[in-house]
Amino acid sequence: MNKVAYGLILGGILGIFDGLTSWFTPEVRSQLLTIVVGSTIKGIVAGVLIGFFARKVNSLPLGILFGLSVGLLLAFFVAHMQHGYYFEIMLPGGLVGLIVGYATQKYGSSGHSTPSRV
Amino acid sequence: MNWLSDEAISRLQAASALPDFAGTRYRLVERVGSGGMGVVYLGEDTVLRRRVALKILDFPDASGELAARLLREAHILARLEHPGIVPVHDAGTLADGRVFYAMKFVEGRRLDHLDAGKDTLFDRLRIFQRICDTVAFAHARGVLHRDLKPENVMVGSFGEVLVMDWGVAKILGSNPENHSAGPRDENAAPAGDPSLAATLETAHGAVLGTIGYMSPEQARGEIENLDARSDVFSMGAILQYLLMNLVVIPARPLSAIARKAMATDREGRYISAIAMGQDIACYLDGRPVSAYPENTLRKIARWAFRYRVAIVLVLTYLVVRALLLLWFRR
Repeated sequence: MNKVAYGLILGGILGIFDGLTSWFTPEVRSQLLTIVVGSTIKGIVAGVLIGFFARKVNSLPLGILFGLSVGLLLAFFVAHMQHGYYFEIMLPGGLVGLIVGYATQKYGSSGHSTPSRV
Repeated sequence: MNWLSDEAISRLQAASALPDFAGTRYRLVERVGSGGMGVVYLGEDTVLRRRVALKILDFPDASGELAARLLREAHILARLEHPGIVPVHDAGTLADGRVFYAMKFVEGRRLDHLDAGKDTLFDRLRIFQRICDTVAFAHARGVLHRDLKPENVMVGSFGEVLVMDWGVAKILGSNPENHSAGPRDENAAPAGDPSLAATLETAHGAVLGTIGYMSPEQARGEIENLDARSDVFSMGAILQYLLMNLVVIPARPLSAIARKAMATDREGRYISAIAMGQDIACYLDGRPVSAYPENTLRKIARWAFRYRVAIVLVLTYLVVRALLLLWFRR
């Protein structure tokens, strides 16, 4: 699996879980579906961006830093639209970016063509 | 009168036994081993200035049959141009009438000299896949090896895997008597074995191969019945050998692959070396193996193992997220 696809899938899965955890916040429980869809899209976008970065830059520290930044940035936009919950949204968002950044640097193929095995 | 010492006499005897390469482009360096019907020497190609392996007939051959077989072996190797098969550079006849051929000198170690501590299961399976590729190529060219065993596989210094000693190879769809490239080697099925003695007398000719690695039909001397599945049997025995002496216990699917390849009834074996190699690839990729039917629990376990990294990452996220939730609620 290439790094972009790996980032997309992992970002999507973590995004789903990220959205589902809003069930534990009673004030927003009624908007659970919207939150799950939104955080899934956020996770996918973050995963694809981080995956592309991992394909271009082969560095674990930079990958983690980039993942964290993208995760935090996207979560900031979401929190900004919500007019609040910055800490509650940005912290898990950053965590998703950090994990995807780590995973795409460590795993997944670079996507470049390789000579066939003889 | 001065007497020659025993040591001097043995040196003279050894020197006189060495083949004379005068008049050829090769210079003898040292003896490196013996094969099915000849001795292999390390030599030097004086024109291209490179090291070569020189295989020379080393048996009395009044009829010329062995010489023809050695040449046939060279011809078979020459038609099998593949990275997994040692290339033949030249063939000819020495001044004393002995036939020889020159091939690439391969440095490395034999498969039976693998290090149980160093060579992991993954390394061994990668090597085995290369063997599958090479044998499949030979089969596609209509050649059966008939003596596949760990001693006949070399692993080079740079990881290259070479299937050696095609001395008893058989060209498919041809007269078996005429096209077996040579007699069995020193480790091959012993002619004195009572269980095989009868087969040696059959109209089909000699039993060629090595006990423990040759298929039942090959051991029975049914030369006309041999096909790719006979080599598949030998490859199953090689796989079984590779699964021994490991630090970890090999997984059941791998043992199942070896068992399927070594089925007594050849109808139960893999149809080709490619099919066997594909099952090994499936195992390495964490996909289901055709030789090993799975129940639901095993399917789940295999799936979890295949995606273990992603699962661990998701679990890590969930744990950290749970901790964050608890923290927010304080």
